[in-house]
Formats: sequence, structure tokens, C-alpha cells
Amino acid sequence: MTPQQIAERATTEPRWIRWTLIALALAFLALFVGLPLAAVFVSALSKGWAVYFAAITEPVAWAAIKLTLLTAAIAVPLNLVFGVAAAWAIAKFEFRGKQVLITLIDLPFSVSPVVSGLIYVLIFGLQGWLGPWLQDHDITIIFAVPGIVLATVFVTFPFVARELIPLMIAQGTEEEEAALTLGASGWQTFWRVTVPNIKWGLLYGVILCNARAMGEFGAVSVVSGHIRGLTNTMTLHVEILYNEYQTAAAFAVASLLTLLALVTLAAKSAVEWRVRQQLKAARHSHDEDLLT
Amino acid sequence: MTTVSEELRNVAPEKLAVEGVSKTFRTQRGHVHALDNVSLNVREGEFVCLVGPSGCGKSTLLSIIAGLESTDSGQVLADGKPVTGPGRERMVMFQESALFPWLDVLGNVLFGLKLKPNLTGKERREVALFYLKLVGLENFIHANIHELSGGMKQRVALARALAPNPRVLLMDEPFAALDALTREQLYGDIQRIWAERKKTIIFVTHNVREAVCLGDRVVLFSPHPGRIQEKFEIKLPRPRDINSVDLAKYSTEITRALKRHLKPETTEVAE
Ligand SMILES: Nc1ncnc2c1ncn2[C@@H]1O[C@H](COP(=O)(O)OP(=O)(O)OP(=O)(O)O)[C@@H](O)[C@H]1O
Ligand SMILES: [Mg+2]
Repeated sequence: MTPQQIAERATTEPRWIRWTLIALALAFLALFVGLPLAAVFVSALSKGWAVYFAAITEPVAWAAIKLTLLTAAIAVPLNLVFGVAAAWAIAKFEFRGKQVLITLIDLPFSVSPVVSGLIYVLIFGLQGWLGPWLQDHDITIIFAVPGIVLATVFVTFPFVARELIPLMIAQGTEEEEAALTLGASGWQTFWRVTVPNIKWGLLYGVILCNARAMGEFGAVSVVSGHIRGLTNTMTLHVEILYNEYQTAAAFAVASLLTLLALVTLAAKSAVEWRVRQQLKAARHSHDEDLLT
Repeated sequence: MTTVSEELRNVAPEKLAVEGVSKTFRTQRGHVHALDNVSLNVREGEFVCLVGPSGCGKSTLLSIIAGLESTDSGQVLADGKPVTGPGRERMVMFQESALFPWLDVLGNVLFGLKLKPNLTGKERREVALFYLKLVGLENFIHANIHELSGGMKQRVALARALAPNPRVLLMDEPFAALDALTREQLYGDIQRIWAERKKTIIFVTHNVREAVCLGDRVVLFSPHPGRIQEKFEIKLPRPRDINSVDLAKYSTEITRALKRHLKPETTEVAE
């Protein structure tokens, strides 16, 4: 019997059950994912392309887009460096408090974004711990761009680290050691061995991190103060427009975020495949080592 | 003030001097006393084979000589200077081939050469191709590492280690995964490279015959804790044929010594 025949045997349900299940799943998907997705674009274009472009290019919307891009441009590289450093430490060294560090990295995933935002208000806000000191030195963080960036960095910092830790643990240190004995310096080893080794996992983490950084609403909403043209990100701008019953404009900006999501999904699936190959290869070569 | 022995060392420094090295690994499951007061001197141009059962600390000793692992006590001198870290003058060929899977075969061999200054790209390529030919992989230079068999990977690793022309080669069971025919061919090659290029080689193996065939000296290890038990001078003319009768006599003697030093349950050394 070929493996395929075995697989066919294993699924003994009658054909109609299989088809019903598939149809159900598809219908569900269409209703809860496909329909809203289409609705975003239909609503965005309900008053024609002219209104659509006006909504996007209007100065306040444009400011929101720029702020979102700026936030992501700061948060993503920061978390890239942090993620690589944390994953490196966890995968390659034994030290006290390693488990605590791993748990802490997950904190932003487990805490509600609103709470994340509030934490920053509590620390940096006028009434916060550092508030008086900051005011004396003329530094505003809350209800200003720095607060938005800080909150976004916090919310998105697990993505890169989470992605890299299992990959780096599976890969071990043999290749780095080989490079060192071949005469590479620590720096050369990092760039020529570690980075190529993790690049797909890194890219995957960066894509997810970026999507979240641009799409974050809760934490940013708390620290932003919703000052139009100054501290509104795209997500916040959508909410304001919507609350003002400017539905077409709200959906126009929302459609940009939706497009971002679609691009992210496509890139994610492409990279995901490469990461799986790499993990498999790393595990595989390790299994081989164990066998020999 | 210098003592007589220091004076002598200054006159004729050992290529490698392992002096009273001990190493204990501490893990959650307890302590492993991997090496206990191991001393070994290796002359310039000498070929030393380390033989011993699994887990007796051979790889650990090699890592320490390479500078990849620290000692608990004792030290390693290379050309009279203490080893503090890895470097290209002491090249390691690892037990697991540790190739770079994102590079092809040629890229792996070029890796060490690219780190060497004063070579043109063309020269690097020529050197890499020379060594790939030596290990019989000239038709696989652009192959993916994933596509290679275990033996082929070991040959790439050998070429990669030889290409930067190190003075000292530390080889950890490099031929364990090879078929007998390729292995015999590589015995010849490695002896030739060693003699022509005046390399100092430390070679770890489980195979006593292999050790006798290659080594000027065979050093016997025993486990728990890892210690040097005996050292044998192999006074056979070169190049040696692994199937010769004289060689078999030596290997019988050494195998017998090995069994003497071992507890019965740990004998898994092939003759
Ligand atoms: N990084 C490590 N952490 C903990 N224990 C280790 C480590 N490396 C080696 N050991 C232990 O030290 C002992 C010696 O290991 P080593 O790899 O040097 O043995 P070996 O002689 O090379 O064995 P083999 O012939 O099977 O390769 C073993 O008991 C091993 O479990
Ligand atoms: Mg070993």
C-alpha cells in the first residue's frame, strides 16, 4: 500500500460529510472574514475615488499616516536589536533568571494593551512617578509622540525575540565555533554566521512586529491624547472619523490598514515557509549528530 | 631567574603543551569530571592520535586546545604562549561537521580563506578548488550542504579546515562517517598533506587501527574521569598501509592495553 492509499483509508468518513464540513468552514470564513474585508473596500469607495483620495491625502489624515510610519520606523528597529540580543542570550548562554526573562518577554502578549498604555501614563504622565521631573526639564512624553513610540515598542517587543529563541536554540553553537576557529572575530562571526542562520526567522518576526506596530490601537489610544494632526496615528484617526459619522473617509483610511494586513499576510506566508524549512534543517542536522 | 626546564623550553618550544588540565562540567543532572590532570606535549610536525572510549573527554580536550573551552585548572601553551581563545593557527575539524548550510560547498571552503588578508579572489578560489579536488568533491562545488551525504559533509569540513593552511590541525573523528574505501584514500592524503606541509596534527578516533596507521604516537585515554593512561610510539615507516601485518601487531597491543584500562561494560572501541 502506498502512503497515499493509507491516508485515504484513514479518512473513512463518507464523502458527503467531508464536503459538508468543508462547505461549512468556507461559508463561515466568507461570512466573518471575506465579507468584512470586502465591506471595507466597498464602503471606502462608496462615494467614489475622488472622495477616497481626498480622505487619504487630507492634511490630518496624512499626518496620521506619517506618524504611524514614524512610530513603526522607530519601534521595529529597536525591537529587532532587542529581540536578537535577548534570543542570543537565552539560546547561547546559561544564566540565572533565564526563565524569568523568557516569561517577561511574553508580558506584552498577556497584558491588555489598555493596561500597557496606562503603565506609561503612570510612569511618565503629569501625575506620574517621573512627571514632575520631566516637567522641570521641559520633556513631554504622554500625549505626545514619544509616548506613542514607547507604548508601541512595549506592545511589540515579543515578536522578534519569540520567533528567534526556538530557532537559535535548535541551531546551537557549533557553526559559530567553527567560524571562530577559521579565524573570524566575534563581530565577523555574528554577521557571517549568526545572521545568515537566522535571517528568515528574523524577517518573519519583523513582519509581525511591523504589522502590530502600525495597527496597535489600545495602548496608543491611552497615551496619545488624540490631538489631530499631532498625536493621531492611523488607527486613532479612523476611530475619530467614524465617531464623526464620516463613514466613507473612515473606511478609506481603514482600507490602507487593511491593505497593510493583506501585504503582511502574503509576506508572512512566503517567509513562514522558509522558516519551517530552516527549523527542519536545524533539527535534522542535530538529529544526525545524535545518531553518529 | 629561569630554571633549567624553562631554559630548555625556550630553546626548543613545544608546538603544543597541555599542562595539568582538568575540567568538570556542571549541569542540572550533576557534575561530569571530563578531564583530570591531563598533560601532553606535542612536538612541531608530530602526528598524535587520541584513542579512548566514548565520553572520556577527547572532544573536550580538543576544544580546550582550540581555545573554545576554558580549563578549571592547568593550561595549554601553543608555541610557548598560553591559549586564551580560538584562532586560525589551530584549526578544528569537528566531530559533527558544523558546515554553514546557507553556503554551498565552495562557499564553505572559501569562508576561512575570505578571512585571510593578502589573497586575491582568484587565489582564494584556486586554493579552495585545490582542496575540494583533494577530497574528491570537484564535481560538487555548487551543491547545497543539505544535498550531501554524511561522508561528503565530512570531506567538505576537511577541505574547509585545510584550506587556510593552519599549522595545527585538531581533528575529531573526522572519518567516522566515511566508507572504508574513501577512508583509506584519505589516510593516504592526510599523511601526504601532513608530511608535505609540516603540520602538527592531533587526531581523535575510536579506531585503533586508524590511530596506528596515522600517528607517530598513540595516546590512550580512560574515562570517568578522563585521564591519559599510556602513550605508544609507533615506529613504522611511512606511508603506512592500514592492512599491513606490522601495523596489525601494534594495534593488537594497543587494543589489549585499552581493554586492560577499561571496565568491561565500556569497551566499545573497534580494533
Ligand atoms: N558542554 C557540556 N556540558 C556538560 N557535559 C559535557 C559537555 N561537553 C561534554 N560533556 C561531558 O563530558 C564528558 C566528555 O565528553 P566528550 O565529548 O569530551 O567525550 P568524547 O571522548 O569526545 O566522547 P565521544 O568519543 O563519544 O565523542 C562526557 O561525559 C560528556 O557528557
Ligand atoms: Mg567526541
